[in-house]
Amino acid sequence: MAGGDAVKGMSDGASAAGVKCLVTRRRSTRMPPWLVSWFQVGPLALILTVLFALPTTLFLVVSFYDYDRVGIYPAFLLDNYRELLTTPATWRVYVSSLRFALIVWAITLFLGFNVAYFLIFHIRNSITRTIFFLLCAIPFWTSGIIRTIAWIPFLGRNGAFNQMLMALGVTSHPLDFLLFSDFAVIVTYVHLFTLLMIGPIANSLSKIDPALLEAARDAGASRWHTMTNVVIPLSKTGITLGSILVFTQVMGDYFVVRQMSGGQSASIVSMLSTEIQAMQYPPASANAMVLVIFVAILVGVMMKVVDVRKELVK
Amino acid sequence: MTARISEKRPWTFYVLGTLFGVYLLFLYGPMFVIYVLSFQGPNGGVTFPMVGTSVVWFKEVFQPGQMADIPVSFSRSIALATVVSCLTVIISVAAGLGFRRRFPGSAVLFYLAVASLVMPSLLVGFGIGLGFQFLGWQPSLFTSALGAQLTWTLPFGLFAMFAVVNRFNRAWEEAATDLGASPWQRLRYVTIPILLPGIIGVAMGAFTLSYDEYARTTLTIGPKNTLPLEIYALISSATSPTLFAIGTLTTGVSFLAIFIALLLVLRMQRRRALIKAA
Repeated sequence: MAGGDAVKGMSDGASAAGVKCLVTRRRSTRMPPWLVSWFQVGPLALILTVLFALPTTLFLVVSFYDYDRVGIYPAFLLDNYRELLTTPATWRVYVSSLRFALIVWAITLFLGFNVAYFLIFHIRNSITRTIFFLLCAIPFWTSGIIRTIAWIPFLGRNGAFNQMLMALGVTSHPLDFLLFSDFAVIVTYVHLFTLLMIGPIANSLSKIDPALLEAARDAGASRWHTMTNVVIPLSKTGITLGSILVFTQVMGDYFVVRQMSGGQSASIVSMLSTEIQAMQYPPASANAMVLVIFVAILVGVMMKVVDVRKELVK
Repeated sequence: MTARISEKRPWTFYVLGTLFGVYLLFLYGPMFVIYVLSFQGPNGGVTFPMVGTSVVWFKEVFQPGQMADIPVSFSRSIALATVVSCLTVIISVAAGLGFRRRFPGSAVLFYLAVASLVMPSLLVGFGIGLGFQFLGWQPSLFTSALGAQLTWTLPFGLFAMFAVVNRFNRAWEEAATDLGASPWQRLRYVTIPILLPGIIGVAMGAFTLSYDEYARTTLTIGPKNTLPLEIYALISSATSPTLFAIGTLTTGVSFLAIFIALLLVLRMQRRRALIKAA
């Protein structure tokens, strides 16, 4: 094993030297490497700029506009923000979304990490592993909307779950709290988003050399110590990416809360879409900006904890 | 390796295996409810109990109804997803290769991609829709909706490519160059074949994301709906087991597609093994 690594290290060193000599050899006749990179990333940069950065700037501008029933007017008003931030409903919705996000994050992290660990380290046959991964992925080809409302016949008063509980004698009368409640919202989120956690974590875990775990065991580390000192630090990029995805999906949710909470909770985006449908673009834009800043801070903090870029872009 | 296989499984294997089983049950539980309820009798509703069994709702799927035209919106979704998937593969594979070197602005572009990925979906659609309104353009399937979906599939494709490219040894490319391959030959015969499994993954992922996309598309689609939007319209108007029939059909087709893909991958692996052996 050690010998193989040494050879690998040598070939890596050699290839680095090779790159250097190629670069110097080509500089005279060809375009510089950074320019090649620019051509390769050019289309991506162009599309993200035109379709993402510009529209975002646009609603930043519009968020300061004035409006009435007829249209919107260029202005520089802070009224939209003032109104938004002084409405108690805004704060309530943010607190409730954040609470959902935290709960769902904790559950999906636990589930996602353990499932990914099982698939990567315990399933030794690569075809079995692929099939298991596909089993996890197949429900995602069915529309998220359909998967959301599928919980209604499952959790409802006469639903499959209540029938099962009653048949097992766990409860004598159907449970009501299962559907159109915070519980239903959380269950649906976990159902929809756990794969977002499994994917990146499994990718990180698959890069860990199993020999490392053996080495840890040989050095006398308990399972728990191997987990906390070897596996988790080495998979932190995947954990961070998964966490970012789950957090932002929950914060940006539009459909689940509206459909599953039975009107007891609202989501930030469904509040926003009501404004958009009423053509109140400036307050909707202000609302959008606040959400964007909020999400940006969340993601920024997570990326501060783990430098995802350093890990991904070598 | 052989020693490890004969080794007894640790207790954690059984604990995690059970957890995985429970997760699959959780994942498929409501799906099975969908599958069962899609065979609901003609007088039944979207919840239990079943009122007889029939395939009425499957027929409904294939008929243009009053509320929604599922076949047409489905073909629109497939067309859009195909275009999105192709563009995503081309652009994100190129970008993934480009990111292997440091270049001026790489940090900015990286964080732009992250931002685009984490931006709440509806807001992207809102921004693009607003932009079209300012310019006086009519939003439509292959302009604004395509663009809105790319802001989601491209960063996804880029991140997937990072994972793929990280495992790629550049020595292979250099070997090709040293043997006299032109840059194009190197890309065509070395880089792309090695990256192919990853590229197929990106294509499938982008297709899925686009096919199921709702929040980004709803404000950018214009008058002609894609399938998810049509489904949403169905939910808000009248709920019928037709939706569940769509779910059952989708799952059936997915299983079929994955089965075929798996066969292809197995064949590819076998061919590679043969080449290695030779």
